[in-house]
Amino acid sequence: MSETIYDVIIVGSGAGGGMATKMLSEAGLKVALVEAGPYFDPKDPTTMTQMKWPWESPRRGASTNRAFGDFDMSWGDWEVEGEPYTQQEGTDFMWWRSRMLGGRTNHWGRISLRFGPDDFQRKDIDGLGDNWPITYEEIKPYYDRLDKMVGVFGSKENRRNDPDGFFLPAPKPRLHELYYIKGARKAGVDVIPARLSILTKKLNNDRGVCFYCSQCNRSCNVYADFSSSSVFIIPALNGTGQVDLFVNSMVRSVTTDTEGKATGVSYINKIDRKEYQLKGRSVVLGASACSSARILLNSKSPQHPNGLGNSSDVVGRYLHDSTGGGRTGFIPALMDRRTDYNEDGVGGMHVYSPWWLDNKKLDFPRGYHIEVWGGLGMPAYGFGFDATAFNKHIGLEVGGYGDKLRDDVKRFYGAAIGFGGRGESIARKENRCELDPTVVDEYGIPVLRFDYQWSDYERYQARHMQDTFEELIHAMGGHPVGDKPTKEQDWGLLKPGQIIHEVGTTRMGNDPKTSVTNKYCQLHDADNVFVVDAGPFVSQADKNCTWTIMALAMRTSEYIIEQYKKRNI
Amino acid sequence: MKRRETLRTLLVGTIGGAALITASGCDPDTSDAASMESGNNANGLYGRTPAEIEHDEEVNAEIYLNEHELASIAVLCDIILPATTTAGSATDAKVPDFIDFIVKDLPVLQLPIRGGLMWLNYEANRRFGKDFITCLPEEEVQIIEDIAYPDPEELRPDMAYGITFFNLMRNLTLTGYYTTKMGLDDLGYTGNFANVWDGVPAEVLADHDVDYDEEWLAKCVDQNERMTIAEWDEDGNLLT
Repeated sequence: MSETIYDVIIVGSGAGGGMATKMLSEAGLKVALVEAGPYFDPKDPTTMTQMKWPWESPRRGASTNRAFGDFDMSWGDWEVEGEPYTQQEGTDFMWWRSRMLGGRTNHWGRISLRFGPDDFQRKDIDGLGDNWPITYEEIKPYYDRLDKMVGVFGSKENRRNDPDGFFLPAPKPRLHELYYIKGARKAGVDVIPARLSILTKKLNNDRGVCFYCSQCNRSCNVYADFSSSSVFIIPALNGTGQVDLFVNSMVRSVTTDTEGKATGVSYINKIDRKEYQLKGRSVVLGASACSSARILLNSKSPQHPNGLGNSSDVVGRYLHDSTGGGRTGFIPALMDRRTDYNEDGVGGMHVYSPWWLDNKKLDFPRGYHIEVWGGLGMPAYGFGFDATAFNKHIGLEVGGYGDKLRDDVKRFYGAAIGFGGRGESIARKENRCELDPTVVDEYGIPVLRFDYQWSDYERYQARHMQDTFEELIHAMGGHPVGDKPTKEQDWGLLKPGQIIHEVGTTRMGNDPKTSVTNKYCQLHDADNVFVVDAGPFVSQADKNCTWTIMALAMRTSEYIIEQYKKRNI
Repeated sequence: MKRRETLRTLLVGTIGGAALITASGCDPDTSDAASMESGNNANGLYGRTPAEIEHDEEVNAEIYLNEHELASIAVLCDIILPATTTAGSATDAKVPDFIDFIVKDLPVLQLPIRGGLMWLNYEANRRFGKDFITCLPEEEVQIIEDIAYPDPEELRPDMAYGITFFNLMRNLTLTGYYTTKMGLDDLGYTGNFANVWDGVPAEVLADHDVDYDEEWLAKCVDQNERMTIAEWDEDGNLLT
């Protein structure tokens, strides 16, 4: 096998691994990038789904093969064949893995929110969880550079805990979003332009500009949205000549020497199913919070008997996902609307509601933001199901067939609006992933077992979401659809993992007894191993995690470069 | 020619031309016009992985519904969506072929469809002494009228199985129809092509009691400047 000794071996090609690949290769370091899935380029016509019509899929986009539908650009979802995960009794954790170059960034929602000053110091505010060992002011310069490097649209709002950045201009709201703005203001809920990493304006000469097909989840063939594949990895492969890419390569463990320092990684080539080693002077884990924890826990040695970086027994602990809840409303004023204009817009919401309340007056800690959907979307499998149900709200007959049915379909097309609440849960030591004591995957690697329970903090937050959704729907003159979730249903709180914002498994801190990495995402127990995914997060905030993953990965990459210059690595 | 047709033709007709550059960026490496039009796949498929190609071939090779069942489905589909003066019927849009595929692809649908058809034939035989597809149109309608509407007061508990079945048939017929080109045209969907979104048309705003306020518009993209590279001052104010 390769005799090369790499300066850095990066495991995983998603948001964090992609940023590290770009930064470290551009700094002249020799990089091995190891990805468990195959190569992927959003503009490859053999795999591209963007701009496809529903009838090109015989199942019209149904979710038989891909959990988010045939056209969603994720290879792998809640299940990956041959790579199971298990649950402790009473746990129902959902874990999404994308096995492909760029990982989950090829299909993600592109919601790109900075954490605010309060989000790094939550324990000071409500006494729960822990503070980060860093402040917003320390991360701000990296967010600023990230905005300019990757591109994000948004607007200056001067909100203290939703800091502004260097924004591309926002797209104008669509019709249902104008209704939302009006309704939200009436209900006393703040509403501002969304912040998504989609290029509404030219950022540089390497990437195209959004052409408003609304399909970012299919990954953009002109590179107008942020995918780690198109924006970081492919340019790095084409540019510096410093990157060797190993695809279909499943890392089992980080190898270490007698001093306990990393010497490289051991991986299985999925094609020939044989095990190989790569040697490197440092290892950067960006496999995703849970996968990186799994690799560390599987890296046992005499020097690290509890797994690499796990002398604290904290690896895998403090796992937490965003809370989630949702509701749909029927807005009669949007019935019989004109459809003869293209309202696709960008791939996601044009407006949203950041957290707007003070928890001192509420029965739960931490906040949530509200995502909004609706409009004249392109039909796919599921379109027309229960097409006549809204009739009951306007005193007309539910059911039917023939011309009456056809009229109903058109009357209600675009008359629904939906909300997704995405909030902050409290990180708890008991919520964790650990190695299953008896189960291995098809490569013989011990798999993760999840142990996770929500608490009343999250349940009461979900109740508040549902109350808010109904207020918003009523403020828009609409009718909530279906029944309001009850206490017995945890007020509609979605399963842990389901929002795909899992973080916290290798949390950072100043005390090696209670944290896995220091504030530079460097293992306390092995100073040439770093984590650049969401593992080092101490808390999740009421924001999405990707923008912070990338800001921290940029900072960690520069720290690594500095250590090389000082010959510490 | 419908509006979308016009625009699609326009796009195809101007590959490399000015209209396209406006729509998608001028870097030749990232503004591949052909790739934005559907149907240009190297393998003629819809972006499938090898495992998915295999899965589709397996599903296509299976047989589940028999000819009698498919003929019954065709009759039901066209009762649900008959042709109009401007749009074809469900069978014109090949909805029975879609249902034939989807019950193999989503096996959970198989028993409700097969059993529902058997219920329908039992009911037709009970009333008229023959299978549903051999009933006269007025006989078909007599049964359909009893199962096409939910029965909240449960005045006809004996029809509950038929109502459940017809609801499923209606769902699958609508989904199968409105995911074809014929269906999108009937619906009036005019998207899925490269364009420059610049807000809801004024005439549509006028139909509704909403509008853009100046403060919000000031935050939105000036589409005349979209191809000018972004530059900011140190406070994050966009200069270009």
